[in-house]
Amino acid sequence: MLYVVIIYLWTSILLYLLLGGADFGAGIIELFTSKANKIQTRKTLYEAIGPIWEANHMWLIIAIVILFVGFPTIYSTMSVNLHIPLTIMLWGIIARGTAFTFRHYDAVKDDMQDIYNPIFAYSSFITPFFLGIIAGSAVSGHIDPEADNFMDAYIFSWLHWFSISVGLFTVAICGFLAAVFLIGEADNDHDRTRFERKAKAFNIAAVISGVLVFMSALAEGIPLIDWVFGNTVGIIAISAATLSLILLWYLFYKGKRNILRVLAGFQVTMILLTTTYRHYPNIVILKNGGYLSLIEHSGHEKAIEALAMALLIGSIFILPALFYLIYSFQKKKVDYVAE
Amino acid sequence: MNDFIAARSQMALSLGFHIIFSCIGMVMPFFMAVAHYYYLKTNNIVYKNITKAWSKGVAIFFATGAVSGTVLSFELGLLWPRFMEHAGPIFGMPFSLEGTAFFIEAIALGFFLYGWDRFNKWFHWFTGVIVGVSGLASGILVVAANAWMNSPAGFDFVDGQYLNVDPVKAMFNDAWFSQALHMCIAAFAATGFAVAGVHALMIVRRQNVYFHTKSFTIAAVFGCAAALLQPLSGDISAKDVAKRQPAKLAAMEAHFHTEKSAGLVIGGIPDEKNKTVDYGIKIPGLLSFMAHGDFSKEVTGLDQIKPEDHPPVAITHYAFQVMVGLGMAMMAISFLYFLALWKMKKWLQSDWLLKLFVAATPLGFIAVEAGWTVTEVGRQPWIIYNVMRTADAVTPMPGIGYSFYLFTAMYVSLGIIVTFMLYRQIKMVGKLYDLPTGAKH
Repeated sequence: MLYVVIIYLWTSILLYLLLGGADFGAGIIELFTSKANKIQTRKTLYEAIGPIWEANHMWLIIAIVILFVGFPTIYSTMSVNLHIPLTIMLWGIIARGTAFTFRHYDAVKDDMQDIYNPIFAYSSFITPFFLGIIAGSAVSGHIDPEADNFMDAYIFSWLHWFSISVGLFTVAICGFLAAVFLIGEADNDHDRTRFERKAKAFNIAAVISGVLVFMSALAEGIPLIDWVFGNTVGIIAISAATLSLILLWYLFYKGKRNILRVLAGFQVTMILLTTTYRHYPNIVILKNGGYLSLIEHSGHEKAIEALAMALLIGSIFILPALFYLIYSFQKKKVDYVAE
Repeated sequence: MNDFIAARSQMALSLGFHIIFSCIGMVMPFFMAVAHYYYLKTNNIVYKNITKAWSKGVAIFFATGAVSGTVLSFELGLLWPRFMEHAGPIFGMPFSLEGTAFFIEAIALGFFLYGWDRFNKWFHWFTGVIVGVSGLASGILVVAANAWMNSPAGFDFVDGQYLNVDPVKAMFNDAWFSQALHMCIAAFAATGFAVAGVHALMIVRRQNVYFHTKSFTIAAVFGCAAALLQPLSGDISAKDVAKRQPAKLAAMEAHFHTEKSAGLVIGGIPDEKNKTVDYGIKIPGLLSFMAHGDFSKEVTGLDQIKPEDHPPVAITHYAFQVMVGLGMAMMAISFLYFLALWKMKKWLQSDWLLKLFVAATPLGFIAVEAGWTVTEVGRQPWIIYNVMRTADAVTPMPGIGYSFYLFTAMYVSLGIIVTFMLYRQIKMVGKLYDLPTGAKH
């Protein structure tokens, strides 16, 4: 049953990265869109994510519940030592979710929009940036539960080049996913070309920040190269990701847009697989060389069993409904003006 | 600011904020489903407009409730890591089920909000009902988790170890039913009165009277029915608390001395030093009756509880008085309203009854906050009753005061914006949802 729970945890994180990430990315794209095109971008974005955005962010809740029910020590250690980035991420989540809803549901469309819009766009950047920082910090070996001073315990646990690079990398991936997604959603050639340019730009940004991640890992003594290249699964996954990158650019060039989405999703899945596989089951690596493991630090057996059952039963209800929601609104576009 | 007090304040603030949005988010879908049903049955366009107007409000409240709920799932760990480390696996069952319910709610809401004229009309209506049902289920599950803190079950606590964990037993702890029932009815009463009050105000001002009268009636019937039922669930709760948490009951009633035929104190200022209540009205024997169903039975006072285990008496007592007082006021209004519906039809035409509803707009939510204060402050100094102290659960991180100030600033501004947006929604009813009086629908 423990493995069922672990698979669910990994899958929720992946789905949050893919769906929630594309959602954040849409806001990031808005941030980097020229004034002239902003309204059009907003419209496409709304038509694309309006009905499903709430559901996309549920994956985070599922992941966090799995963590505190199944792996309470991991949850509490991260909560204590990564208090500050977690709190900033939470502010981002609050600001973004409410600004997105407010700007659409405000009965009067006036100057208030100028307040909602930038809040939405900036928090779309900040939230995944800090999510990346948190993920990077967890494996960076900077978390020190025995630290006796404030800076070591609560600041340097997350403030270092590696985690910042991972944060930037996450932002780039989110932007990339969203741009690829929006290419298929655009209803005219002008927009399509625009989103294609954005997709390429974010792809380049992802590669550059990816290099940064490796460099900072090297500088800080994090065995990232070993995690990625030190095992077969890692090598296969990273090769697949690289090959798909080449294929992706070829498809851009050929103008084949339908496969792009699948390919982008595949690429991100491979990246997550590579970076988590080698140090699995350890998901938090501590300063003293210790680690928090999904196997050794799992909660009571009965709790894991109950959690697994709840997840399995939940899936029976959630998945068909979710697929039907996505399917329905892919077929029947939401009308921006009428809603 | 003391870190411990700051952490407690931040938690109280976050929960106090979230509770309003989650109540509205779980009750409004039922109001909408009724209006929507009337529309599908009668084809009267005003019901469609009411449903749409309400659904805009629900979208705003749901989004705010969803993000503030997400924040809470992190805050549990950010502020109370020692608590979560031990409690997480034990009382996690309702949370994992709640994840499902909440997910379904978000999916159904997507169908409902964006599904007008896109799906079979009854399927569309049904998705609205699902929003309500899964919202209600979420509420019950979260309250069951809170009930576990008041009535820990499903584990053995031996030498500081939590053994023989049984999450199902933990979920169905002794307090889950009485607390969930009380909270659900409270949500219906509070939301019903708040919505009815707003529409009543618009009727009194003679704006879009037809639209607002229909809306008012739906909300008022729900709210008043709930307000009349609430004392029954309150009675179940009181007896339950008396049995399980005598310290909480004693604090609620500022009952310092154990006695037989204990009197019920109404109002008054508790003096914790001299263990007396000044200026209160005492009704002999009533507390014994409320707690144990017998006017002569003994009711445990604070004198039988170790001083270090006393909850703050004054806050608990005042909050309890406020909750009960407002509940009584709402019950009286409900009684008048049903009398008006049944026999005194002409009251419905007069302004005084509507004005009563206008005055009662915030009462339900004040009562909800007060009730929440009773159950949380009344449990102190424990975070898990008789097992773990709140002070032992708090995060070691210093400087929580700053976090509290920032969260306060954020929630206050969010509150202002939501209120402002609601004001705009209501102001726009004439333009968006209701044709000028006399025009044909």
